[in-house]
Amino acid sequence: MSGERDVAILGVGMHPWGKWGRDFTEYGMVAARAALDDAGLAWRDIQYVAGADTIRNGYPGFIAGATFAQKLGWTGVRVSSSYAACASGAQALHQARAQILAGYCDVALVIGADTTPKGFFAPVGGERRTDPDWLRFHLLGATNPVYFALYARRRMDVYGATAEDFARVKVKNSRHGFENPNARFRKENTVDDVVNSPVVADPLRLLDICATSDGAAAMIVSSMDYARHALGSTDGLPRVKAVSTVTPRYPQTVLELPDFATDSSAAVPPPDRSFKDSIAGSAYDEAGIGPTDLSLAEVYDLSTALELDWYENIGLCAEGDAEALLRSGDTEIGGRIPVNPSGGLACFGEAIPAQAIAQVCEVTWQLRGEAGARQVEGATVGITANQGLFGHGSSVIVTN
Amino acid sequence: MVPYSETVSETVSRVPAVEGWFTIDPREPHLIGARCPVCTTIVFPPREGACPNPECDSDTLEPTELSRRGRVWSYTENHYAPPPPYVAADPFEPYALAAVELDDDGLVVLGQVARGVSAADLHVGMAMQLEVDTLYRDDDHEYLVYVWAPAAPGAGR
Repeated sequence: MSGERDVAILGVGMHPWGKWGRDFTEYGMVAARAALDDAGLAWRDIQYVAGADTIRNGYPGFIAGATFAQKLGWTGVRVSSSYAACASGAQALHQARAQILAGYCDVALVIGADTTPKGFFAPVGGERRTDPDWLRFHLLGATNPVYFALYARRRMDVYGATAEDFARVKVKNSRHGFENPNARFRKENTVDDVVNSPVVADPLRLLDICATSDGAAAMIVSSMDYARHALGSTDGLPRVKAVSTVTPRYPQTVLELPDFATDSSAAVPPPDRSFKDSIAGSAYDEAGIGPTDLSLAEVYDLSTALELDWYENIGLCAEGDAEALLRSGDTEIGGRIPVNPSGGLACFGEAIPAQAIAQVCEVTWQLRGEAGARQVEGATVGITANQGLFGHGSSVIVTN
Repeated sequence: MVPYSETVSETVSRVPAVEGWFTIDPREPHLIGARCPVCTTIVFPPREGACPNPECDSDTLEPTELSRRGRVWSYTENHYAPPPPYVAADPFEPYALAAVELDDDGLVVLGQVARGVSAADLHVGMAMQLEVDTLYRDDDHEYLVYVWAPAAPGAGR
């Protein structure tokens, strides 16, 4: 395969996920240094910082690229700041890749970090009567789990999913993440644990829904030339083959967080490929591979049921067949196509601007054979998929 | 502000909790969307300005009443009090929400479900109709919101 469009992953690192409420730049600093160590580079070697942003928690979350450059010590490095909600990390990687492939820099730091409030995510403060995010809480009490529950219930009524199926996703992911040193929740859950936890938004229970976490993830990426000079060889080096940052096509006919309504398909027919199908689909198109080429997938399990939706959206099975795929054991480590070997959001909780980067870190460790107890044997191709609020798709394909 | 209770004074005035999204005619309330006069596509919540259809150059949208009937696309039930700015009852009572695909208009609208109807009473594909109910009240006003209720058998549009 031609290496010209590839970007090398020289290093990855994280600050473990947890809940401490400290300044998020502290977490970012730890992740950045871990990634630099992993790459064998010093901070002063970095020519570009692509920061993944979040809009909560105020200053300095709005200017993440410069925030991390300052925290690591001003070097005059150029920066970018990407906001795409949960997909921010993939957009930051996309920015770094574009700079590298355009020849503006050779090596870049991609970084995201967050600290999260307790409880439900709530809208930005103040009385904001023209802000749909504020209004969905005010008029409907439509928390994020409400939307996750709508998708879950639809799976039950339309495809025959059961509460036990959803629980099995949690059981699988809790087993995967059990020995992941970066995971926040490291406890093996049983089906009984899940189905007996309190209902949050029917049919989803507390253990079906991902928590909000503190955490940070970072990557050092470079041109293949830079990697060749730095390492002598790029054989077996994980590389980014595709980054999908697609948005929906009109009309978007699936109700999405934080919207009150879908687009209308009365006058304009829906596109051939739904938005969620197009997220990984565009990454497959760019990489020139398909779902059967995958060794593993990291998908955004905001809820257990949502992981099942992703099986279909990334093409692991036909629509409506995700429960059968799960029950077959194919998506467990050791199965045909392990999903969320990291433990997923079930074990991490969500640290929004770090999460899409964390997914790529996991694929990188898997492709290097460094994932320890959660290693997918012989992994050579991995995909990540997630979706950020307000129409932000995110999918990354890494091969070695 | 306090949540709705059954002991509402006769003197408070009933106003929509959000301006221009629905009519409050107690017999036949309607959602108010916006329609493009050129390509006829519809948006909800209503707004002014450019048509969302990328194939259409229209810069205007006109208010239009939407179908008040539709079918359940999916549904849920909140078992924890949502955070502010939701005005939650104390003690909190679980309540259902439904996403309903409107007849004719080709879009799905999320709303609370009428009081007394729980998730166990709903299923995907069930016929629903629009009503209005009180969301919360203060000393002078009762603030109304649209809600979805199971459609009366044989009811028209």
